[in-house]
Amino acid sequence: MSAGLGEASSGVAMAEISPRIGYGAAVLVALLWTVPFLWMLVAAFNPQNVGAGMASLVPSYVPTLANFREAWASADFPRYGLNTLIISLGILAVQLVTITLAGYAFARLEFPGRSLCFYLFLLQLMLAPVVLIVPNLAMIARLGLYDSLLGVMAPYFASAFGTFLMRQAFKAIPRELEDAALIDGATVWQRIGFIYLPLAKPSLIAFAIVSVTAHWNEFLWPLMVINSPDLRPLTVGLATFTRGAEGAQAWGVIAAGTLIVSAPLLLAFALFQRAFVNSFVSSGIK
Amino acid sequence: MTQAILSARAIGAGESRGRPFWPRGDTALAFGLLAPSLLLLGLFTYAPVVQLVWQALTAQSTIGGPQLFAGLENFRALFADGAFRKALANNLIYALGTVVPSLVLALGLALALVRSTQVNALLRALLFVPVLFPLVAAASIFLFIFLPGIGLLDYHLAKLALSGPNWLGDPDVALYAIMGLTIWKNAGYYMLFFLAGLQGVPADAYEAAILDGANPWQRLRHVTLPYLKPTIGFVMVIGLLNVVTQVDHVFVLTKGGPSDSTNLLLFYVYQQAVETYDVGRAAAGTLVMLALLLAITAGSLRTLERSFGEKEP
Repeated sequence: MSAGLGEASSGVAMAEISPRIGYGAAVLVALLWTVPFLWMLVAAFNPQNVGAGMASLVPSYVPTLANFREAWASADFPRYGLNTLIISLGILAVQLVTITLAGYAFARLEFPGRSLCFYLFLLQLMLAPVVLIVPNLAMIARLGLYDSLLGVMAPYFASAFGTFLMRQAFKAIPRELEDAALIDGATVWQRIGFIYLPLAKPSLIAFAIVSVTAHWNEFLWPLMVINSPDLRPLTVGLATFTRGAEGAQAWGVIAAGTLIVSAPLLLAFALFQRAFVNSFVSSGIK
Repeated sequence: MTQAILSARAIGAGESRGRPFWPRGDTALAFGLLAPSLLLLGLFTYAPVVQLVWQALTAQSTIGGPQLFAGLENFRALFADGAFRKALANNLIYALGTVVPSLVLALGLALALVRSTQVNALLRALLFVPVLFPLVAAASIFLFIFLPGIGLLDYHLAKLALSGPNWLGDPDVALYAIMGLTIWKNAGYYMLFFLAGLQGVPADAYEAAILDGANPWQRLRHVTLPYLKPTIGFVMVIGLLNVVTQVDHVFVLTKGGPSDSTNLLLFYVYQQAVETYDVGRAAAGTLVMLALLLAITAGSLRTLERSFGEKEP
């Protein structure tokens, strides 16, 4: 299953089932869908940032960066950004190791208890970690990781979804390649590192995009684990910042802060549209 | 080359002589490779579930006293709590009111935009942008959209000489306002699956239907939808999972208020744990949610097994 946003599809026959009215409605919905985003852009560069007239979607002003300066000054976005970066890349780095090893075991090895292990992994896929925030917080505290970035990352280090994805990718690689390496005396690490991983690159990229997006955007769990303002990720920082600016009704500043927080992923999407779409479609259940 | 592989196979077979099914080396290696994942899953999935069951079934009669077996007392207290019942009811309304409209919308959009033209590619990209917004960031924007009087919605309604309700302040309206945000956020995501699903509908099927004189509606009903059935089921599961697991916007927009009218299960559990420190009730609430998650995914277990797993198709 894969479809780029601009990929060719089954063509002529399909056109029949999208009559003109339907198409018009779809265009309207798409335009309506951009309104919140549009408002954010217009308000963020508005020299005025409070009161009536903020709701205009047509910029009637000379754009200014004043709101960005104020947002930048009232919340430590660079530090929040760094924390978010550490969290999402840290999770990804460990996940890549755990899912590769476990994926190889499921793809290529026969062992007793294999089915049981499979269902143990499947259980994580069914019980989303975010729902386990309460007991996981207790566990994090017991491990001495409360109020640390490692505490935010730890519950995600193992990924059933990633493991199954790698298993699929590894199974598609011809066994003969590994057999040949085996004859040359390659160890299991060498076989994984030089044969399996390079050939599974598309799946690794798909997983990386889904994983980083999910953890970049995560809020409730870091909110519970992090207490020190210095360790807040972007999402928690934005929520705190929004509450402050909402009190002051400083909507232009809120729009600027929101733009700062959302920009990295939007930019990445603009650059790698196809990769994003494909990995989201192949992800399905995270 | 071929010979080498054959002989390698022969060597491999020789190693496992006497244990035809489970070569010993493989077993040790497999558990070595699975160990990091199993250890982490143990710490953050299995142990928490065991702990939850324990906490849900026990209670402290005095503060700092021993945990005593309390049977279903925590669950009784949970269901006796008006706020929990409200959260459960809200979650049901929220599920129905977000999953069905997003699904219909996503299907309609996919059908309309399935042809690949440059305009359609742009429209699809615009519809996908909300998916990439952190839910918290989306909520910050919607805070202004729903602002009474000068907010985006009221400002433009006023131009049409209409006046809206207090979107987030009116207990009868707030949940629906939040549903609007959820639909906006997710419809583009679900659209992707339908676009992918539509690629699997064979062109012949349409040609045959056209020859039979079927009109567009009949073709949708008798050709497209039957082919999309698996996709619809899949999107429904993802939608329901989102309904249970995503409450960031509730935190930013309403904190569950006014008078619990927008409280959802996960946010209720969060409140019990962080604000009222009621461990037993939080545990019982979490178990109710886990039961819901299992019920939602159990239906698609067969599909999961097939796409990931042990049962080959």
